[in-house]
Amino acid sequence: MAMQTPAPVEYSRATSVDDAIQQMANLNGEARFLAGGHSLIPMMKLRLANPGHLIDINPLEPELSYIRQEGDEIRIGAMTRHVNMLESDLLAQHFPIFHEAEHVLADPVVRNRGTMGGSLCQADPAEDLSGVVTALKGQAVVRGPGGSERVLGMEEFHVGPYMTAVEPTELLIEVRFKVKRGHGSAHEKVERRAGDFAIVAASAALWIENGTITDCGLACSAVGPTTMHISRAEQALIGQAPSEDLFAQAGAMASQDCSPSADGRGPVDYKRHVAGVLSKRALSRAAANALR
Amino acid sequence: MASWLSDATGGVTDAPIGFGRMKRKEDARFIRGKGNYMDDVRLPGMLHGALLRSPYAHAKIVSIDTSAALAHPKVAAVVIAKDLETLGLAWMPTISYDTQAVLAGDKVRFHLQEVAFVIALDAYSAQDALALIEVEYEVLPAIVNCRKAMDPGAPLIRDDKVGQTDNLASPTWEAGDKAATDRVFGEADTIVTRDIHHTRVHPCPMETCGMVADMNPTTGQLNIYNGNQAPHAHRTVYAQVAGLPEHRIRILCNDIGGGFGNKVPVYPGYVCAIAGSIVAGAPVKWIEDRSENLATTGFARDYIMHSQLCAKNGKITGLRVDVIADHGAFDSTAQPTKFPAGFFHIVTGSYDLDAAHCTVTAVYTNKAPGGVAYRCSFRITEAVYLVERMVEALAWEMNVDPIELRMRSFIRPEQFPYESATGWTYDSGDYHKTMKVAMEIAGYEDLRKEQQEKLAKGEIMGIGITFFTEGVGAGPRKHMDILGLAMNDGADLRVHPSGKAVVSISAQTQGQGHETTFAQIVAEELGISPNEITVRHGDTDKTPYGLGTYGSRSTPVSGGAVAVVSRKVRDKARLIAARMLETRPEDLAWEKGRWYVRGDVSKGAAIEDIAEYAYSGSPMPEGLEGGLDAQAVYDPPNLTYPYGAYIAVVDIDPGTGHVHCRRFIAVDDCGVRINPMVVDGQIHGGLTEGIGQALMELISFDEQGNCMNASFMDYLLPTALECPEFELGETVTPCPHHPIGAKGVGESPCVGSPPCLANAVIDGLRVWTNGRVKHMDIPCNPARTWAAMQGNAAPPQ
Amino acid sequence: MQVSMSINGQAHSHDIEPRMLLVHYIREMAELHGTHWGCDTSNCGICVVLMDGVPIKSCTTLAAQAEGHEISTVEGLEKNGVLDPIQQGFHEMHALQCGFCTPGMMVTGRWLIDKHPDPTNMTDYEIREAISGGLCRCTGYVNIVKAIRWAAAYEAAAATGGN
Repeated sequence: MAMQTPAPVEYSRATSVDDAIQQMANLNGEARFLAGGHSLIPMMKLRLANPGHLIDINPLEPELSYIRQEGDEIRIGAMTRHVNMLESDLLAQHFPIFHEAEHVLADPVVRNRGTMGGSLCQADPAEDLSGVVTALKGQAVVRGPGGSERVLGMEEFHVGPYMTAVEPTELLIEVRFKVKRGHGSAHEKVERRAGDFAIVAASAALWIENGTITDCGLACSAVGPTTMHISRAEQALIGQAPSEDLFAQAGAMASQDCSPSADGRGPVDYKRHVAGVLSKRALSRAAANALR
Repeated sequence: MASWLSDATGGVTDAPIGFGRMKRKEDARFIRGKGNYMDDVRLPGMLHGALLRSPYAHAKIVSIDTSAALAHPKVAAVVIAKDLETLGLAWMPTISYDTQAVLAGDKVRFHLQEVAFVIALDAYSAQDALALIEVEYEVLPAIVNCRKAMDPGAPLIRDDKVGQTDNLASPTWEAGDKAATDRVFGEADTIVTRDIHHTRVHPCPMETCGMVADMNPTTGQLNIYNGNQAPHAHRTVYAQVAGLPEHRIRILCNDIGGGFGNKVPVYPGYVCAIAGSIVAGAPVKWIEDRSENLATTGFARDYIMHSQLCAKNGKITGLRVDVIADHGAFDSTAQPTKFPAGFFHIVTGSYDLDAAHCTVTAVYTNKAPGGVAYRCSFRITEAVYLVERMVEALAWEMNVDPIELRMRSFIRPEQFPYESATGWTYDSGDYHKTMKVAMEIAGYEDLRKEQQEKLAKGEIMGIGITFFTEGVGAGPRKHMDILGLAMNDGADLRVHPSGKAVVSISAQTQGQGHETTFAQIVAEELGISPNEITVRHGDTDKTPYGLGTYGSRSTPVSGGAVAVVSRKVRDKARLIAARMLETRPEDLAWEKGRWYVRGDVSKGAAIEDIAEYAYSGSPMPEGLEGGLDAQAVYDPPNLTYPYGAYIAVVDIDPGTGHVHCRRFIAVDDCGVRINPMVVDGQIHGGLTEGIGQALMELISFDEQGNCMNASFMDYLLPTALECPEFELGETVTPCPHHPIGAKGVGESPCVGSPPCLANAVIDGLRVWTNGRVKHMDIPCNPARTWAAMQGNAAPPQ
Repeated sequence: MQVSMSINGQAHSHDIEPRMLLVHYIREMAELHGTHWGCDTSNCGICVVLMDGVPIKSCTTLAAQAEGHEISTVEGLEKNGVLDPIQQGFHEMHALQCGFCTPGMMVTGRWLIDKHPDPTNMTDYEIREAISGGLCRCTGYVNIVKAIRWAAAYEAAAATGGN
């Protein structure tokens, strides 16, 4: 064989959300949930992650894989696969950024398995979906032992590189997005090769009514210890009329406010520059599809 | 559907009797998932090996404690250098007459160097046991930069070599005429100077390297299952290195999932598997994982080149280049003995230069060993990369179109055979014709117009040109040997009583289609359908001696052998036919498939009838033995010189530096084409490797010598989305000295495409910055391209 | 633990370690060698098989996760001695050289044709994107795209009674 393989591990399957949480509680939080597995299993093969126990939550797909509208919210279940978000008509209609981001997220085969929940909880600073959810001001619903639930905004959710506010005994079950009038959104990504993580990505969302920006979301991936939420640019745009100049200013703010590190994908100055370029482009296209 | 679908023999309908487009016979097993690759080999009682590797690039080994690993219930043995010393196998010779540690004993000299070998009942347990071995290291400063390796006070990497006082791997190689070159430069109108680094890259076949070694303790027979490109040469090497009798070693290469030069060297894992089998008395399988493959097996290139090119009266006249070659910690490059820098000195390229001079200095560093690999034709990739980059630079310096400068400077058809300024005799060519075909396919004039139009709209488009000539098919025995073994190849051909044939060759396919193309050579010579000819290869017990497949030598050398042996059979058939027809041999003429009486075409003998006769009891001609078979060993009189004209079109995002290859036009002249479908496929693959090298492939190291690109997360290969629809053309200038006029083509596309794409990117930046940007090194990934755009181009490391 | 699944319509059940990857279950326990592996980081797609008709990377899936599911490998393409058009297409169009990536590419091609609403009008981009989860070092992808097209055209012609 000799492809790298995981260390010995125990394995069990969850039968329901509450059963998954209960199993984790019985193990004192010292297991890992296994969803798509395309972040966890590679790390286990390289022996960088060595959980003693895996709780497979794929059986929860019927319960947790959904994209539906409830009132003025779109709700996406945590086990929703990337391919479902890519192909969802509901999302295409309400939040065009999903289709764009999913299109450039990993590759088509990985997208068949990876999930919304897995991506957010892996919290890779270069990961595209976290940027999308941040720009759309998504709210993460997290359930704990005894059925308790709490709702977290993205700034609260992302704590650091590969770290989230989800406690070891909790499970992310859903992400919610408010539907408001005049929405447009877009995702821009530069990568060394198709399927690679972003060198830099920008996710932009605008809500425009009567020629004025009523709300704005801007997040950049791969230019900080977590997804960078460019709130200064968001504030600067609200109340303004959309224009190329305005978006260029927002781009400049993204450039200044992000916090990239040098690595094999590029040096700091390049990443800062591209954060600005992509933010401007994403905002520009978001405006174009809001005004359509 | 064709009836052959269930045909286990792999016969194919629509086979031309000879050269032409023909679907491949070998496909039958691969499309059913019935290929037999390394990891498919299963033997009774087989154990699994895994290598423990050093986390440091340069460190003394203080102690190794294998006790915990040995105590693992599924571990059969743990081998360290000390154990190999008793077998005389702790060090092994390399093809470059250096030595390489099989397992590190005194110290480790590159990141992930082999330190211990675990043998266990299954592969998962073998990996588990690696974590149980404790090694204490004393870390030493690592030398990662080859210029620093040459500094007088630099730490000595090869302190194992008696008399080694510096980090030079071999004496400096020199070719050409320095004095004449200096004179030519002295008289030049224009000179350009460039420092060009061809980054370290990796051939990276999709199947990693591996072996199953099976030493039978009763019979002393060592069977080795190993996907390697030169099985006979390997057998000879193992016999010498391990002191084992050569006639009791058998190497079986079944199907190989890609070679590209990666499967030429003998790797420590192979020697460990053999030693393990001897020690354990059972078959031992060792297959590396992808990180091991990328980080420790034979890398390619890593040439730092300082060069000048000059022109006089509008024509290129002289070239000089000095190279520092980073060989890593051991000099394990593969090339003919008399050419320690391979064929780099073909660097005068396709041009009629007045003089040239080059030097190559090989240096040790604390990096993995290698250098000659990845479809390189023995360093011709480096040479062509250099000269084609320089020609483009010179053209723009002279404000002359780069194709125009080439046309003025090409070797002209009437000059062939052409003696180059560095001693090569190019066999044949009509370069202008091929260049024109490429221009036509590309619509070159329109491309330059489009480039200007895009510039006006704030878009960056680049057009790159390359015209390469390379020398392949090593080689004549008077000039070329590897480890003292002549680079000749044999072929055995037997035509059976029923007229069907088996041809046994020493070339070793890794996907090049030999089971089809070599049958086609026999078919062309004898008129037997390729469907009725089996090509046998891959088993040293059943095939003639030869030096294997690399350097595009299959068609030039093995193909030559097959043509020659077929002609021997045909000549014997003539004598038999004369007996059958009761006439004299000189009264017979040949048309494909039969000898007939001159002037009476109806009176003849078909090859299958001649075969039947040859094995029957009927009387043979005087002095001729029965049967219809022959043997040949082919000594090529020269290399062959395929060439090509390539044009690439790229679009560069001005905001992000992202490069996209929009078009790639490739016109190749490889002489006679046995199977155009196979040739085109080879070209598609090689061009894709060029996209990889030019835009994304890179093996780099941090200051501590850690390899930063040891997985597919960071060693990037092109997907289908990075590749355009390649536009191919051809010209055919037969090789005058080759039996079938073929030149070979396997490496040409990988030779010609990287400089073509690099030239395209630089051309785009040149136009965009109005001539301010004139150079960048590959890979032209977004960050590096953008930096170059700002005027901050940096070498890859 | 006992893990059972159906591979190419045949039931398999084996006692394995929970950590065993699906690619190894297929190769070692079911003894089907047509599915290969090529990397450690889920990038190369050499190991692609279909799970419930959808391509997955079998090196990044535990065998236990395939329990109760239907796995299709390259060996399942040929039916009763008749090659699947995707296999024939790869042969017709010279879409393989060393053959190592071929199984993964073929099952992906098969899936694309099956799920595409209009297979005879697939764009080059759509085909290239569908196979972009797999790497090939030999062919440069041109002929793989042609092979997938060939198979789609063949099936369409067969469906309309042509061919």
